[in-house]
Amino acid sequence: MRGWGARRHQGRARRIVFAGPVPVTALALLLLTACSDDSPSVLRPRSEAAERVEGLWWLTFWTSVVVVLLVTAFIVQAVRRGRAVAAEDAEQGAEEGIDTRPVPWGPPFIVIAGLVVSGAVLAGTFVVSLRTLDALAGPSGDPALTIEVIGRNWWWEVRYPNGAVTANEIHIPVGRTVEVKLSTADVIHSFWVPQLNVKQDQVPGMDNRIELLAKEPGRYRGQCAEYCGLQHARMVVYVEAEPPEQFDQWLAREAAPAAAPTSPTASTGRDILLRSSCAGCHTVRGTSAAGTLGPDLTHVASRQTIAAGTLPLERGPLADFVRNAQEAKPGATMPPTEVAPEELSAIVDYLMGLE
Amino acid sequence: MAGGTHELTIAETGMPGEVLPEHGVGPRSFGWWGMVWLIATEATLFALLLASYFYLRFQSPEWPPEHIEAPALELPLIMTAILWSSSIPVHIAEKGIEKGHQGRLKWGLALGWLLGAAFLVITVAIEWPETLHEFTPRTNAYGSMFFTVTGFHLSHVLVGLSVSAFAQVRAWQGAFDERKHVSVQNFAMYWHFVDIVWLFVLLSIYVSPHF
Amino acid sequence: MTTVVEPDWKNELSAELDETWHSPPGLREWISTVDHKRIGMRYFYLGMVFFVVGGVQSLLIRMQLAGPDLDLLSPEAYNQLFTMHGITMMFLFAMPVLSGFGNYFVPLMIGARDMAFPRLNAFGFWVLLGAGIFMYSSFAIGQAPNNGWFNYLPLAGAEFTPGINIDFYSLGLIFLGISSTGGAINFIVTILKLRAPGMTLNRIPIFVWGELAMALQIVFALPALTLGAVLLTLERKFGFHFFDEAGGGDPLLWQHLFWVFGHPEVYIVALPGFGIASAIIPTWCRRPMVGYTYIVIGELAVALVGFGVWVHHMFSVGLSNITLSFISLASFMVVIPSGLQVFAWLATLVSGRPKLSSAMWFVLGFIMIFVVGGVTGAMFAAVTLDQALTDSYFVVAHLHYVLVGSAVFPIFAAIYHWGPKMTGRLLDERLGKVSFWLMFIGFNVAFFPQHFLGLLGMPRRVYTYQEGVGWDAHNLASTIGAFVLALGALVTMVNWYRSKQRGAVAGNDPWNGETLEWYTSSPPPHYNFVTVPTIRSREPMWDQPELAGGAQAPPEGGRPLTGGHVTLSTSLLDARPQAIVHMPHATPWPFYFSVALTVLFFMILVELWYIAVLAAVASVMTMVGWYWPRHETQET
Repeated sequence: MRGWGARRHQGRARRIVFAGPVPVTALALLLLTACSDDSPSVLRPRSEAAERVEGLWWLTFWTSVVVVLLVTAFIVQAVRRGRAVAAEDAEQGAEEGIDTRPVPWGPPFIVIAGLVVSGAVLAGTFVVSLRTLDALAGPSGDPALTIEVIGRNWWWEVRYPNGAVTANEIHIPVGRTVEVKLSTADVIHSFWVPQLNVKQDQVPGMDNRIELLAKEPGRYRGQCAEYCGLQHARMVVYVEAEPPEQFDQWLAREAAPAAAPTSPTASTGRDILLRSSCAGCHTVRGTSAAGTLGPDLTHVASRQTIAAGTLPLERGPLADFVRNAQEAKPGATMPPTEVAPEELSAIVDYLMGLE
Repeated sequence: MAGGTHELTIAETGMPGEVLPEHGVGPRSFGWWGMVWLIATEATLFALLLASYFYLRFQSPEWPPEHIEAPALELPLIMTAILWSSSIPVHIAEKGIEKGHQGRLKWGLALGWLLGAAFLVITVAIEWPETLHEFTPRTNAYGSMFFTVTGFHLSHVLVGLSVSAFAQVRAWQGAFDERKHVSVQNFAMYWHFVDIVWLFVLLSIYVSPHF
Repeated sequence: MTTVVEPDWKNELSAELDETWHSPPGLREWISTVDHKRIGMRYFYLGMVFFVVGGVQSLLIRMQLAGPDLDLLSPEAYNQLFTMHGITMMFLFAMPVLSGFGNYFVPLMIGARDMAFPRLNAFGFWVLLGAGIFMYSSFAIGQAPNNGWFNYLPLAGAEFTPGINIDFYSLGLIFLGISSTGGAINFIVTILKLRAPGMTLNRIPIFVWGELAMALQIVFALPALTLGAVLLTLERKFGFHFFDEAGGGDPLLWQHLFWVFGHPEVYIVALPGFGIASAIIPTWCRRPMVGYTYIVIGELAVALVGFGVWVHHMFSVGLSNITLSFISLASFMVVIPSGLQVFAWLATLVSGRPKLSSAMWFVLGFIMIFVVGGVTGAMFAAVTLDQALTDSYFVVAHLHYVLVGSAVFPIFAAIYHWGPKMTGRLLDERLGKVSFWLMFIGFNVAFFPQHFLGLLGMPRRVYTYQEGVGWDAHNLASTIGAFVLALGALVTMVNWYRSKQRGAVAGNDPWNGETLEWYTSSPPPHYNFVTVPTIRSREPMWDQPELAGGAQAPPEGGRPLTGGHVTLSTSLLDARPQAIVHMPHATPWPFYFSVALTVLFFMILVELWYIAVLAAVASVMTMVGWYWPRHETQET
């Protein structure tokens, strides 16, 4: 009878083990496999800086796994003791009293585990993390290019030294160090492209910089990482890393003034744009539109998205956005234009030609 | 049990043979400890405020900023003399009632109150208006800090004057004697604290911009 | 449990004390009570109401994020909800409920008849209620604070948030700070001066040490928040310059002031939770805590070192590497005293004879969850890893693991462990275990996937996200988990209600506990103990058999203290009796004072200055009314 009771309780203990960590781990693995390759993941670094961070991640991750497993083992043991004790008490029909015997291994265990080993592990991790900080801190050689990225509610203004000005899409040459000078036109924003580097805030009055050095071509997604108000959620930035020759061609095109309209409707669209409120907020270099409240539209059609990643750059979404930006991005600084359909179509024709 | 005070001296606890006093002063009184910890939290507040002052100052290329002169020292030094001298009668009042001297208590508190009130009046009627001709709290961070720091301190002086008034009313009612006077001790502690804070305000706001 | 024959002297004393401490029921008494147990219960109930409100806010948040590009909530509504969720959970749920347990049990555990300042205690509750009403009235006009609980500038300044939202925030926090600070001073003086004779420092229950550490932190941390809020109010309402660059200010000054408060704040929430675990583990493992000294040192060290790490919330702001390195080191080191406590608990758990009650399950769950939160916290101590993962969902996961772990699970454990002492009725153990498993599983399903979201690049404080970025599945899982967690919490609330109606009678000491709250009846009488006992051990209920009858007789050290509304004041270190202290009777002045203050804060909010002045005058008058001597209870 006693053996049977003990086995029953062992079975219950086993069930506890399964009820807890195992399904959670299974769920975790399942979720991991649900990862899409489109994620701007810290664990898929595309630069040396991001690789160093990833290395630090795995070091601390595995250390953490060991700690959690150790603690879990104790908890499981406590549960097993609890089951065993309950069985004993049930069998004897009464509970035993309080056990006041000192636990000789207690204080040494606490000191060794909690102070000595923990202290050593933490100190060691600190030293390794210092080396990563050092590695990321200094510039890796003289930057081949310095650009300015200005955080604005709720989009990114990007300025190149040759006079090119664009928004929300940053092109950089692969394998060349690009220094990004970060600033803000209004509130605190934070520039974060996980696959290329850690984040760095854009704070009024501070001269912050971050380095972008992509190891391979690709389109890397980033997002504002400091709560900046109503549309913080829709402030996406893309960094397009291209081979240097391709980049140079892009840069030259971006610095050039706007393409002339190639059709009568586009020409009408341009005229409407220049004489209406659009020109008060937007710049189209080479025309009289010189507003600075909104993104530079000189080469807007060369970008893949509009409204900081909110919509794809296609006729339909672009037309909707021009007509009423508040639908896709409520609270955005751009008021509804509520332009008549034919005029809207003409404007869109013009904009789609601004490559 | 409602109403009426009775003479409290010592009483039995109910444990055989044990009697204990029914009144405490100083560290034997809860109220005294309450005041100690209140002063601790207020001291922290002032420390942080002055730290914020220096934080903004060392961010600034010029301090005081252009067009503002470093504060004149004559009037603040006079005010300092008045404020610090007020601690003497307050101290005399406290030591007096510890020995049961009702007279020293009443006149000490009264004189301390007058000196403290003089400090307050000079600040509000003379020093601040003069300073406002040069800059206001809305001018820049220097102005904001000047008036916020001195204003915080002044509000503590005002609270001290109110507490002193209350204590004086009670003193005239004969509430205090050599065994019960923890309110007087607490007020004195608070008042000396306010004086010590003024030292730091003086050094930070008035003296340090000259260097 | 053995049956006890009540000696006659105990009955006589009870009757005498009943009469001395009796106050007639009614509305006036309800407003005027200064009984720490009733005030503790009010803190508990009000805090749990805000828990439900904060929980509903979180479910709305999760519903909005269940899938990409949903529009259940507008961006403005979402931003107000996530801000108020943080404010509610930290200031209106966690601190009040933990204060409530502290209020109820600290005097009991140290053998005192009340807190050192009973009227201040009542005042603290009424101010909390007033501040809660103040902050929540913002929803009534759709202008709740909307810049996160951390409220960074310049966004929170008058230029970018001209509405009254942020004024609710800054004034509300100043108001709340009055309650917290008063409560903290009360705890410190109570623990230092009201312990039962013989309760030397190393006999103080660990929960009481935890409350002391928390209170010391509040005294030194809250001024930073109060100062920040005052400066913000001056800047927003009167055009002062502290945080605006153009006026010579600095937005980072706000961040420093906020986090100088904000980091100790998380320990203010966690330390009482640790204390609760330290109260439950010895009882339910039926042995004294292993490593008492280490746990106490750990609590005090956390409280102290916790003041030196605030800059780790600002690692990505652009500070110098020297600064970052120092703070990083301190942030790694602050893990150690928490770890000491964890290992002491583990040692006790495996060397005792654990009984797996609901209270114990919640403690085991707390340890597991807190440790996961702790290891991710250590990750954040590494500067570059922090710079990668801060402001992402990884930190949302981390903060919920540490806060839900160290506050919510211990609170639920305390509900099961101490609830019967408070209500006199046992809770249903089966429901308790159902609640635990739902909460444990629900919590992990809700928050574990958020680690992945952070690693996959999802920032925090976003009202929506795009599809095709790979965040959908984790968000959906998180939403499902949140509902399971909520269901689990609901089960305990149902359990509480049912137990009050028809739970089994608890008796003085249903668990054979070791500390003094089990020395008296459930619930205790107004005066707590028939005789204030003399303590001769760290586990008095186990080592002093004469306490079993509920009244230590005077020849054995019990002090009836029947000369009025009195308790005992003792010395700092050795708890030698020093004086008999007359405690205040019930009085409505703390309530009136808090009403005047509430009106004052509303008037400042809406800038009706003349009425504000009247309210200020009324506040002064009610303070005078409070202190005006009546009876012999006034300490002069």
